[in-house]
Amino acid sequence: MKRTSNRWAIASCTAVLALTLAACGGGDAGADAGDGGSGASGTVAVDGSSTVEPMSKAASELLSEENPDVRVTVGAAGTGGGFEVFCQGQTDISDASRPIEEDEVAACEEGGVEYTELQVATDALTVAVHPDLAVDCLTTEQLVELFGPQSKVTNWSELDPSFPDQEISLFIPGTDSGTYDYMAADVVADESEELRKDVESSEDDNVLVQGISGTEGAVGFFGYTYYEENQDSLKALAIDDGNGCVEPSAETAQAGEYTPLSRPLFIYVSNASYADNPATQEYVDFYVENLETIAEAAKFIPLSEDLYAETQSALEGLSS
Amino acid sequence: MSVATTTARDTVRIATGKSRERSTGSLVFLGLLWFSLFFGVMVLVVLIADTAIAGAGRFDPALVTRYDSTLFPERTGFRAGILGSLWLMLFTALMAVPLGIAAAVYLEEFADSRRWYNRIIEVNLQNLAAVPSIVYGLLAVAVMALIGIERKGIVLGGAIALALLILPVIIITTREAVRAVPEEIRQGSLALGATTWQTTWRQVLPSAVPGIATGTILGLSRAIGEAAPLLMLGLASSVRFDPEGLMSPITALPIQIYGLSSNSQEAFQDAASAAIIVLLVMILGMNALAIFIRNKFQRSW
Repeated sequence: MKRTSNRWAIASCTAVLALTLAACGGGDAGADAGDGGSGASGTVAVDGSSTVEPMSKAASELLSEENPDVRVTVGAAGTGGGFEVFCQGQTDISDASRPIEEDEVAACEEGGVEYTELQVATDALTVAVHPDLAVDCLTTEQLVELFGPQSKVTNWSELDPSFPDQEISLFIPGTDSGTYDYMAADVVADESEELRKDVESSEDDNVLVQGISGTEGAVGFFGYTYYEENQDSLKALAIDDGNGCVEPSAETAQAGEYTPLSRPLFIYVSNASYADNPATQEYVDFYVENLETIAEAAKFIPLSEDLYAETQSALEGLSS
Repeated sequence: MSVATTTARDTVRIATGKSRERSTGSLVFLGLLWFSLFFGVMVLVVLIADTAIAGAGRFDPALVTRYDSTLFPERTGFRAGILGSLWLMLFTALMAVPLGIAAAVYLEEFADSRRWYNRIIEVNLQNLAAVPSIVYGLLAVAVMALIGIERKGIVLGGAIALALLILPVIIITTREAVRAVPEEIRQGSLALGATTWQTTWRQVLPSAVPGIATGTILGLSRAIGEAAPLLMLGLASSVRFDPEGLMSPITALPIQIYGLSSNSQEAFQDAASAAIIVLLVMILGMNALAIFIRNKFQRSW
């Protein structure tokens, strides 16, 4: 009969476990419901752009050190996917790497979600070449011709007769990086969302910098902040998007002149959630207060004083 | 010696692989078999070794005790994902096991297989077991909408999706286990005056426990590695607190791995590799438990 008793031991253990768990679940659900009114604690749901995700995660990480009761979940469904759930009221904050589009505005109206747009940083790419190369400026069309998936350009003189007769070597960030996505999807904007394949590719920006600075006729691109740290060994190209050549710099990027290689990054905050959920309020306030640290941690260009003042006044509008 | 006996003897020799007079054809075939075995095993070994080497630098306590970190990639941890996955498994089991066993017992012991509705259920079960997991994600989204829960990425939604996912597996394995209980046991019980219910509850089910437990755990170890249906349900990639209830937002280990493995920073990729090994260990642990239960409680008739 020993076996039988063993079986029943298992069965009863399972039952006890089940009951304990059910009890736990019930008790916690009750505690959850009570969270709403007890000062700055509660849950904040953030979703949206994977470009802004590192910022929102860094903000959540820093805040959790100060106030672990504010519990933030961050997802990366993409800007469009983020707005879709945001406009149904399922998230409190939506990360976006572009301003909200008309159909999304309509969706939010339909879902009864009012929101406030806060710019949090500027994202910029820099196209850099070997320091001795006699090329200073590229037009947007030439960028597409140089990096596009159908590109057959192998010599600088093919791009423009005035450029030197020098073979091109390309150094490009790996396909997993946000930098690659930005160049492929938003600048080159080919349907395949890919760049040309005959390139040196690396996830490690150091390898790119070494490759470009050590190879004559080399060209590549990476995030602006990374160029800033390595400007001694590289030469950045100005970009002509129809309004003359614009040098990459924090100022031109923030002023919206350095197009199409720079873009503002936003968070969209639900007004109702900011008013009713103290956790959302604390998270957003903390986010804006520490914006510079957070943007630098995520390797974006922090806002200029003017832009920061704008974000702050938008936040004040939200509070009142 | 007749032709038939010669052929028969040769067949036996080839089949045992011990004949010294093998034809080229049989040698080639044997070689192919070895190659297939070698290929399958080698791919697995290389994959696991490669992952383990990539993650070797990250087998530290921080990997399982800390939350994910954007600011310190070399200290990022999977605490939220591991706990989230464990919670998902518990509630998945609580939902799927009673339902699955009840359905299987009904089909085996009570249902009249000549009835059209029972046959439809059977056909559906077989098909459900082959449905891609992301479809269960969609199904769970619909269930959540139906019961009026708007919050995304919570334990309940994930557990519903995974429970639906493994329900057919549990039903099918439980039916096999119940069917394996000898008919004489039932007849003996019935002959002593027990009702069908008493026979099922006191004789058939206890005897089928090893099979049921094995099937359930194998189903759960399939569920713990799933990311697709959970992504459909909006589970976040970053959560910085422990799950503490059915309605608590969570993340899961496969989702964290998915998020980090496509990150361009090498420290995150290494952490993802180490987390893959953690996930494999969890799955192997569950499978070992299944084998242990099967061996310990198996009875022979």
